[in-house]
Amino acid sequence: MVKKSLSARHNPLASPVHQLEVLEHQSELPSFAEKLAEAGLPPLSPAGIEILQINIGKMCNQVCGHCHVDAGPDRKEIMTRDTMNECLNALQHLNVKTVDITGGAPELNPDFRWFIEAIRSLGKHVIVRCNLTIILANKKFYDLPVFYKEHKIEIASSLPFYNADRTDRQRGEGVFTDSIKALQMLNEVGYGKPDTGLLLNLVYNPSGAFLPGNQDQMERDFKSELKKHYGIVFNKLFCITNMPISRYLDYLISSGNYEKYMDRLISAFNPVAAQNVMCHNTLSVGWDGSLYDCDFNQMLELTVDANRTHISNFSLNQLSSRKIRVNQHCFGCTAGTGSSCGGSTT
Amino acid sequence: MNKNRDHYYHAEDLKKFTHIGEFGKELADKFFAYYGAVFAEGALTAREKSLIALAVAHTVQCPYCIDAYATDATEKGCSEKQMMEAVHVAAAIRSGSSLVHSVQMMNKVKEISM
Repeated sequence: MVKKSLSARHNPLASPVHQLEVLEHQSELPSFAEKLAEAGLPPLSPAGIEILQINIGKMCNQVCGHCHVDAGPDRKEIMTRDTMNECLNALQHLNVKTVDITGGAPELNPDFRWFIEAIRSLGKHVIVRCNLTIILANKKFYDLPVFYKEHKIEIASSLPFYNADRTDRQRGEGVFTDSIKALQMLNEVGYGKPDTGLLLNLVYNPSGAFLPGNQDQMERDFKSELKKHYGIVFNKLFCITNMPISRYLDYLISSGNYEKYMDRLISAFNPVAAQNVMCHNTLSVGWDGSLYDCDFNQMLELTVDANRTHISNFSLNQLSSRKIRVNQHCFGCTAGTGSSCGGSTT
Repeated sequence: MNKNRDHYYHAEDLKKFTHIGEFGKELADKFFAYYGAVFAEGALTAREKSLIALAVAHTVQCPYCIDAYATDATEKGCSEKQMMEAVHVAAAIRSGSSLVHSVQMMNKVKEISM
């Protein structure tokens, strides 16, 4: 089981440049751009910015085996209040409906609550990607469910399976038990319950080298099992495909699954999913304020294809007319029924 | 013969399954159309069909089928426990089919015995 980030282990895959070299090494495979063209699709381009996804730090209380952020307790990169203010300033000028806060564990940023309150005061809908166990990690987080409720925050939380075995193999020993307790605490204040308006969505991503199944079927299974065994209710299950980058790429290579997984992603290329990728309507902001087409490009340090690439100085015209930067990892979003931070896309 | 191919089974041959049309397209097309229809959602869910396929794969002892349906059932959200129970169903029917024939053995033995 993974105990430290790639970065702390000085693993060469901690370098985004090295990850891209690995991804581009399989020259016998078609490139993502070629596959788009073969399907008669134009290069990916943005259709507007509906969602601003902000990564406020790579520090996390967990070290999950598949993490594309390479997050962990040893990661010190964290968004400062100055950069948060730059994000707030940008939000006043952008016609963004939703702000999606992610990390690491975003709650570990000391300015997390201040930032959330400031975004809500701008009237934006806020999603927090809460890893659940953070709620139980320290007394100071025990009131997070109440804080979320008071500010009508939508919660999106990873739970790779409805049993301990598969969950803990991916997310660490004891994570399932703590996640269940945290979900019960969220249910207690009304999250996931009908007519409360408090949205609690779970995120499923495969615990291994395989693709997610049918989202509706998986949601039915999760709802039935979590209700039956733990009395837990939630709103929706989002099925997400693991991207072949960072710690998941390391897992694929070290387990001998890398080539087969890339083959699988490419053979499952779905042109409809390719037309619904999230980079069409999402802009991603890194902990230091840099701008990216998506959270995955952020981790590969592929900044937006524009002259100005920071939240403090971007040009909306430039962003609107840019081309999305693609590479082999993009096959993760277009395989099967498609994948995005909001689940399947077809 | 290429030494790397000096075995009857090769994992990489699984993805060449669709190539069987090379030696007979018409029947291959009919087979794959039938195959696709069989595994679509119907009175049984696609997941239930995947578990049946996994169990049958063990009965016919086809390594390609076991590879394909162990992956497929996992992707469809089946737990390890569910998949092993499916294989036990196959094993129980196989062993049961042997054991039920022991009635024939017993009948014969009784027939020829004093």
